[in-house]
This record gives sequence, C-alpha cells and structure tokens, in this order.
Amino acid sequence: MPNRSFFWFFFPAGLAMILFIGLPIISTGIQSFYAQHDQILIEVKKCDPFGCKTSVVVDQEATSKIKEEKPLGKFNGFGTYIDRNHLASDQVSEFWNESKSVGEFIGKVGNLPFYKALVFTLTYCVIVTPCVLLLGFIIALSLNAISRKIRGPLIFGTILPMIVTPLVGSLVLFWMIDAEGIIGANLQILMDDPYLSVKSSKALTWITIIIYGVWHHSPFAFVVFYAALQTVPQEPLEASIIDGASRFQRVKHIVLPHIYPVVTFVALISLMDNFRVFEPIIGFSAEGSAQSLSWLIYDNLVNEEVILFGSAAATSIMTIVGISIILTPVLLRTWKEFRTNR
Amino acid sequence: MDFGLDKKSNSLKTFNTIFIVIWLLLACFPFIWTFWGSFKVRADFFSRADWWYAITAFNTLIETGARFTKEAYSGAWFEGEFWKASRNTVIVTISVVSISLFLGTLGAYALSRSTKNYAFWILIIALIFRAMPHITLVSGYLFPFFQLQIWGILPTTIVVLVAINQPFTLWLLYSFFKTVPKELDESALIDGCSYFQAFRHIIMPVMWPGVITAGLFSLMLAYNDFTVTALLLNQENHTMVPKIQSYLGTNQHEGNLMWAVSAVVSATAPLFLLVMFFQRQVISGLTAGAIKG
Repeated sequence: MPNRSFFWFFFPAGLAMILFIGLPIISTGIQSFYAQHDQILIEVKKCDPFGCKTSVVVDQEATSKIKEEKPLGKFNGFGTYIDRNHLASDQVSEFWNESKSVGEFIGKVGNLPFYKALVFTLTYCVIVTPCVLLLGFIIALSLNAISRKIRGPLIFGTILPMIVTPLVGSLVLFWMIDAEGIIGANLQILMDDPYLSVKSSKALTWITIIIYGVWHHSPFAFVVFYAALQTVPQEPLEASIIDGASRFQRVKHIVLPHIYPVVTFVALISLMDNFRVFEPIIGFSAEGSAQSLSWLIYDNLVNEEVILFGSAAATSIMTIVGISIILTPVLLRTWKEFRTNR
Repeated sequence: MDFGLDKKSNSLKTFNTIFIVIWLLLACFPFIWTFWGSFKVRADFFSRADWWYAITAFNTLIETGARFTKEAYSGAWFEGEFWKASRNTVIVTISVVSISLFLGTLGAYALSRSTKNYAFWILIIALIFRAMPHITLVSGYLFPFFQLQIWGILPTTIVVLVAINQPFTLWLLYSFFKTVPKELDESALIDGCSYFQAFRHIIMPVMWPGVITAGLFSLMLAYNDFTVTALLLNQENHTMVPKIQSYLGTNQHEGNLMWAVSAVVSATAPLFLLVMFFQRQVISGLTAGAIKG
C-alpha cells in the first residue's frame, strides 16, 4: 500500500491513540515534576475580651490567586519521586544505617507506602500468573476429553468469571465470604471461631484477593489453551500411544511443546493484566491491608481535599517503568523474529 | 483427547468429570447465589443469625409477606436512579463500539496491507499502549480535562474509551485481515479501483465475522469499564459500574447494600445473554493471533 493511502486509512485511529494515549503519558511525565502549591499562611491577630492572640490561618485569597496563575502547581523536580510516599530515599538510607540486620531493614522499608504497594503487586503477579496458567491448562485438558455434544454449555459456564468486570466479580465473591455471607458463616462454624473474618487479617485478605485473581483470569488461559489443543496434530499422538507412552508423557513431550508459543502469549497478557490489579481491592474493601500501585494512583486522584496530581503522576511513571521492564524480553523477541523474517 | 486408539480408564474418566463439575460450581455458583439473593431482604442475604435464612427467606417472609421480593430492584432502579446509569451505559457502549469499529477497520486494513517497516513499529507501539494500566492514563487526563473544562461529560469518556480500545481492536482486526487473501483486493486495484473503493466493495462484504468479534470486545470493554468512567464522569453521568460502587459507599443505609446486589445482577444479566449468544465469536477473538504464536 502506498504511503499516501496508508496515511489516510490509518489517520483517524492513529490520531485517537496519539491524543489519548501518547499525550497523556507525556502529560503524566510533566505533572510528576510538579507538586500542589503550599497554602499561603498569614498571621492574624485576634482580640476578644480575654486578651489578644495571634493565630496562623490560610490566606484563601492569595492561595487561590497563585493556584489560578500556575494551575499545575510549583515545580518540584524529582522531589515527588524521592519523598516519603514514593521512593523515600531519605527514609531508606536512614533505615539502612539504623537497622542491625537485613531482615529488620526489609521489614521497615516494606512499611513505606510505595514499597508496600510494590510488594503486594509483585506478590500478586508472581503467584497468580503461574496458577492461572496451570489451572487454565488443566481445565482445557479435561474439557477437551469430554463429549463434544455437551461442551458448549460447559465452556459458557467456564468463561463466566472472565466476562464480568473485576469490580462486580470481586463484589460477588466478597458478599459470599463476608462474615454474614454463606461461605464466611460456614467457615466460622467449621473453624469454631465466631469472630473469624476475612477482612480482619492481612494474610487472609491477600489470600482472598489472590484466589479471586486466579478465579477471574483462569478462563482466559483456558480459552486460549483449549483452542490451541484443537490444533495439536494427531499423528505423533497416535504414534506415541502405539509406542506405549503414558498420558502424562504424551502431554509433556507432544502437547506442551506444540502449544508452547501460546503459553508465552498467555503468560505475557496475564502478567500485564495482573500488574494493574486494583478493582478487586475496592470490591473486597481491602484498602487497609492490601494496596497495589494502581490503587495508590486511584487513591491520590480521588483525594477529597485536593487532587494530588503530582503524586499520582510520579507513581504512574514508576508503574509505566515497571510495565516496560516486564515487556522488554517480549519486545526483543518480536524484534528478532521480525529481523529474521525479513 | 479422544482417539480411537486411546482406551481411557474408567477411574480417569470419573476423576475428570468430578474435576469439571467442581470447577463449574466454583465458576458459576457465585453468580447463581447472588441472583437468588437479590430477591431477598438484606437480613436474609447478609444474615447475622444464620446463613440458611438466605434459602428459607425467613426475614423476607416477615418483612414482605412473600418468599421473593422485588424491593431491591425497585429501590435501585428508581430511588437509586439506576435507570439513568443504565441509559448512560447504553449511550457510551453504542458510541464506543461504533466509533472504534469504524476507526479500527480502516486502520487495521491499512496495517495488514502495508509491507513497510513503519507498519511493524505501529503494531509494536500499539502493543505497548495496550500494556499501559488505564489508571496511569487517567492520571494524565484529569488535569488537562479540568483545564479545558471537558471533564465529567459523556462525549469525553466515549472518545477516551475509543482510544484506549484502539490497540486491541487494531491487533484483532489486523490478524483477521491477514487471513483475507490479498489477491482479492489486489485484483480490484488492477481493475482500476482506488484503495477506498477496494475496501468499500471487496473487503467490507467479507469482513463481518472479524468485525463482530472486535465489536464484542469493544462492547465488553466499554460496558465493564470502571477506572475511566469512575474518574472522568461526574455523579450525574455515571454509568452502571461506578454507580454500583457508589451504592457501596453509603454502607450504613439499610437498603443500599441490597441495591448494589440487585444492580450487580441487572448489570451482569445482559452481558451473560450476549456472550451466550455470541460465545463462538468471543472465543475466536481471544485466540486470534495467539494460535499463530
């Protein structure tokens, strides 16, 4: 296709992506170097029958004036990145000097908001992604062995958790595991502990969110694996059966190598999706014990008093850096394939 | 894998069936339970005394005189103005699907027919854009949108959702157009058609299977979105998902939690029906591109 036609065909889609994905990323980058204005304080002398007092109050007029002049806030450089709510370089070096052991140091750093969120996000990714791959693969294998006539409805039932939005999915589960819901109440009876509540324990909350993640994402892995299983060639399988290979050996040596490219594809997509986990935290009202990077950004943006654009932007930029690190190996591989194909 | 040669042992068959049944229970029961519970009063569905009340409808009988009540639905839809939210969702969904299909088919067709280097790079950039967490984009939108005073209204959200949706639509339709033989439109070009004419008369009649799949995914994205709609729309214009969240916020109010339950059911039901109808397209969409690896 000549460049001219290509341009006109691609122009609308390209423009939309540049305006609403490319520019916002740049805008986030710029915002991350600014912080909201400090309030301008003035001393006011107040006198009443009991004497005079000087008190410090916010000069509303001057504050709103400076906000109008520079709506972006004051320039802060990398200040937001290294403050206590982000990388917290001062606190980290302080902890390093104070702490007697590495364990103590890690424990202290893990309590800083940004690192806390990072630890949760990574834990979630690292546990959920392999579980999703494994469960999805097992479901695909066993559904594939079931008679073709009833597969349709079974597949529909299997993909239900995937098609609802994460907020709804987590709410539906949350209402069941709530102390007043069906699973929560039965757990209390089972454990013989009338005060057992998933909400109150940090470990239980994490486990719940992780189980939710596996429940929500496995159907996606299932669908892709199931379709890939349909393309596995029959001849090598039949040959291996004649040679006396067991079921497990057949899966390991013939099926898995055949669908390997699909496995990397599913792993990549789930990794990207898991890294942005945040709706389940709202659905499970788990803000107290589990926070993810995306949740930190959301929390800054819905802040009641003043929206913390700078803080949200700095976290966003660091999230984008994290995503790029995850993406790099894939991009390198695609690039190599592209070079060799040419 | 069911082959003539392969005689399956009975124990394996039983195990397999049990596994599938357990998984299906895990996958479907929460939805069935919520659907069932949405016709009860709060004291039954969230019972402090005995979870069995949710089945026997103990309190529902006392409060309303019947085993099932539509109280939660009427509360959410009228008092809670869920009808407004669903109207907004319909507007947003229809606009997003039609606009993003229009842009996506043109763009993806061009990408699939170009042999230049830049087409490859555009696809890579689209992949990177697909990986961006939506909340990071939203944090980029808010400030400029406040300044331009286009925050809070439906058109802004629609355009934003279309843009966020483009990378995936492009990839999906790109791999679909790749399966449409090049000779088809090339012969039209030789006969003197322009690229637009070739697209209009040769490609458009054969592209509908791919477009339906892409449309379903745009629909699911627009319908299910929480991040963008919750932060870019004002209270008045909220769509269904942020509306459900707003019912949770005022937990103290007796009726509101049941509003959220009935709203969840109302929002999920159309989606389930749609997927039931178009199951094959959804699955072909999820596997497009993946199989070729």
